[in-house]
Amino acid sequence: MISPVAPAVGSRVVRPPGELVIEIEGVTKLYKMGAEIIHALRGISLQIRRNEYLAVMGPSGSGKSTLMNMLGCLDTPTAGRYDFTGKNVAHMIDDELAEIRNREIGFVFQTFNLLPRSDALHNVELPLIYAGVPPHVRHERAMQALANVGLGDRVHHRPNELSGGQRQRVAIARALVNHPSILLADEPTGNLDSKTGVEIMALFEQLYEEGHTIIVVTHEEDIARHARRVVRLRDGLIESDGPVD
Amino acid sequence: MLLREILRMALSSLGVNKLRSILTMAGITIGVFSVIGVMTTVSALRGSIESGLSFLGSNMFQFSKYPTGITLDGNNRRRIDQRKNITLDQAQRYQKLMEDYTDVVCLKAFYRNGAVQAIYGNHKTEPDIQFVGSNEHFLAANQFSIGIGRNFTAADTDLGRPIIIIGQEIVQKLFPSESPLDKLIKLGGRTYTVVGTLAEKGSAFGQSEDDLAVVPITRFLSDFGSANASLNIATQAPAQERYNETVDHAITAMRIVRGLRPEDENDFELYSNDSLIAAFAKVADAVRAGALVISGIALLAASVGIMNIMLVSVTERTKEIGIRKSIGARKVSILMQFLIEAVVISLLGGLAGILFGVLAGNGLALMMKASIVFPWDWAAIGLIVCTVIGVGAGLYPALKAAGLDPIESLRYE
Ligand SMILES: Nc1ncnc2c1ncn2[C@@H]1O[C@H](COP(=O)(O)OP(=O)(O)O)[C@@H](O)[C@H]1O
Ligand SMILES: [Mg+2]
Repeated sequence: MISPVAPAVGSRVVRPPGELVIEIEGVTKLYKMGAEIIHALRGISLQIRRNEYLAVMGPSGSGKSTLMNMLGCLDTPTAGRYDFTGKNVAHMIDDELAEIRNREIGFVFQTFNLLPRSDALHNVELPLIYAGVPPHVRHERAMQALANVGLGDRVHHRPNELSGGQRQRVAIARALVNHPSILLADEPTGNLDSKTGVEIMALFEQLYEEGHTIIVVTHEEDIARHARRVVRLRDGLIESDGPVD
Repeated sequence: MLLREILRMALSSLGVNKLRSILTMAGITIGVFSVIGVMTTVSALRGSIESGLSFLGSNMFQFSKYPTGITLDGNNRRRIDQRKNITLDQAQRYQKLMEDYTDVVCLKAFYRNGAVQAIYGNHKTEPDIQFVGSNEHFLAANQFSIGIGRNFTAADTDLGRPIIIIGQEIVQKLFPSESPLDKLIKLGGRTYTVVGTLAEKGSAFGQSEDDLAVVPITRFLSDFGSANASLNIATQAPAQERYNETVDHAITAMRIVRGLRPEDENDFELYSNDSLIAAFAKVADAVRAGALVISGIALLAASVGIMNIMLVSVTERTKEIGIRKSIGARKVSILMQFLIEAVVISLLGGLAGILFGVLAGNGLALMMKASIVFPWDWAAIGLIVCTVIGVGAGLYPALKAAGLDPIESLRYE
C-alpha cells in the first residue's frame, strides 16, 4: 500500500497528500569493500507525496542513511529508477543535481555539517549565495529563517559558540531558507540529549503544520511517533510501510 | 555577484592560515622583487648614467691607450698593458695631420704621482683633487665653461706657461674671501698662477667634477715628467655630417703617428659618448637578463609552492567542500573558489614584491643621486605573470576540489 492518508492521532493535524515528489522503483546500492560487496539497499520502491511527514526507521546498518543520501541527490543508486518531481535523476548532469540540492531539497544531518568558521547567518545564507540571490534579499531571508527556528538573537554566533540544539536549528534554517519542496533529516536528534531532541521534534511538527514535507530518519520509536507515516527498513529492504498508530 | 562572494570566501580562508599564506606568498614576492628592483634601479640610473657618460662635447671622439672603465671583457688586459704610451710628440703630430679637418683637438694627461693637494698660504684642499694637463680645448672637450678669468691660449701651451685654471671646490677652499685671479698656488710642489676658474658643474656618479685643476699640458709634462704619461686625445668633428669622415681620417692619422703597419691592429682605443652609452646599455641588458633568469627560477619555485599549499588546502577542506556541495554549490563555484584563492595568494605576493622592489630600486637610485621612477610596464607585466602563475598553480588543485564526490567528502574527517 502506497502513501496512505494517515488518520488524525489525537488532535494532530494531518494535511491531505499532494502531488508526487519522490518516486523510487527497485533501487539497489552496492558498496565494494575490497573483495567484499555490501548490499546496502536490495531493491526499494517508495512514493512520497507533498504534505507527507514520513519517518524512516530501522536498526543501525539497515540502509537508512544510504537511502536518504540518494533521495537527497547526494548519492546515486547502483540500479533502479529515481524520479524527483517526475524527472529521472539518473539523466541529470552534475549541475542539475546541484540545482536540485540547492532549491528543491533541504538536508539536515546528524552531525549538523555547518561551516565551523562562519557565523550562523553566513551558514544560512550559503544556499542563497549559490542560488544567486542578491545580498540584501539574502540577508533578510536568512535572518527570517533563523528567527523561525528561534535563533533571531544568535545570528552572529559561530557553531562552536552554540549548543548542539542551537546548531541543529541553524542547520534546519539553512535547509529551509531556499523554500525546498522537501526536508530530509538523517537522525537529526542523534547527537542531542533527549530533552533537546524533543524540542527539535516539536520544531519539525511546527514545520509540518506550516506546510513543509518532511522525511526523518531515526532508529528511535519515540521520534518516529512524531511522523504520520513510518517506513521500516531491514537489511536493505522495506519491512513495512504504513501510518503511525 | 557570486564572484564577489567567492572572492570574499577566498580572502577569509587565507586569513585562517595567515603564516602559511604569507610564507607561500614570500616566494612570489622574492621573484617579483628581484625583477622589479633591478628594473627600477636600471631605469632610474639610466638617465643619470647616460648624461654622466656624455662627458665629451658634441661631435667629439677620444683616443686613449686604455679603454674606459665600462667593458665586459677583461681578457684583453695584458694586450692593452703592452701598448706603448701616447706621447706628447705623437699627439702634436696627430694635431698637425688633422689640421685640414679640425683644430679642436684636446690633449689631456693625468697626474700620476699619487695624491695631490692645492695649497695657498694657510689654505689647503683635501689631498684628493683631480689634476690634469691639457690645452685650450679642454673646456669644449669636457663640457666645462669659464667662471671668471680666462681660458688657456695656444701660446700658453706652446710656451708652457706656469698658469692654472681651478674648479669651484678648490676656489672655495683656497680663496674663501678673496679673488683667486693672479694668485700663486702650489700643486705637487710646483707653483702656478691662477688665470681662471671653471663654472660649477656638479657631480657625476656621486663624484664631484668641481675639484679639478688644469695647467697647460706642456708645462704639466715638463713639471711632472712625461716618461709614464699616456695622453688622451679628444677631437671634435667640424659638424655632425662630417663626424664619420673625421673619425675615419683621425684613425688613419693615429695609425701614422703610432707607426703602425697596414697589417697591425690599432694599438689605441676609440670611444665616443655613443660608444660609452652603448657599453652601458650592454651591461644594463646583461643585468636585466640576469634578473629575469633569477626571478623566473624564483617564480617557478614559488608556483610549485602554491600548488603544494593548495593541494594541502583542498585535502584539509574536503569536509567543507562536501558541505558546500550538499547545499547546492556547482562544480564551477568550487573550482572558482580555489582558483581565486591561488590567484589571490600569487597577486598579493606579487604586489608586495612590486612595492619592495620599487622601494629598494629607488632607494639605491637615490643613493646614487638619480631621480625616482615607477616601472609601470614591469609592474603590469609582473601582475599579469602572477595571475598566470596563480591560475597555473591553482588549476589542478581546484579541479580536484570541484570533482570531489559530495557524499564521500562529507564523510571525510
Ligand atoms: N561508503 C560506504 N562504503 C562501504 N559500505 C558502506 C558505506 N556506507 C554505508 N555502508 C554500508 O552499508 C550499510 C548501510 O549503511 P547505512 O545506510 O549507513 O545504515 P544506517 O544509516 O541505517 O545505519 C552498512 O552495512 C554500512 O556498513
Ligand atoms: Mg545512518
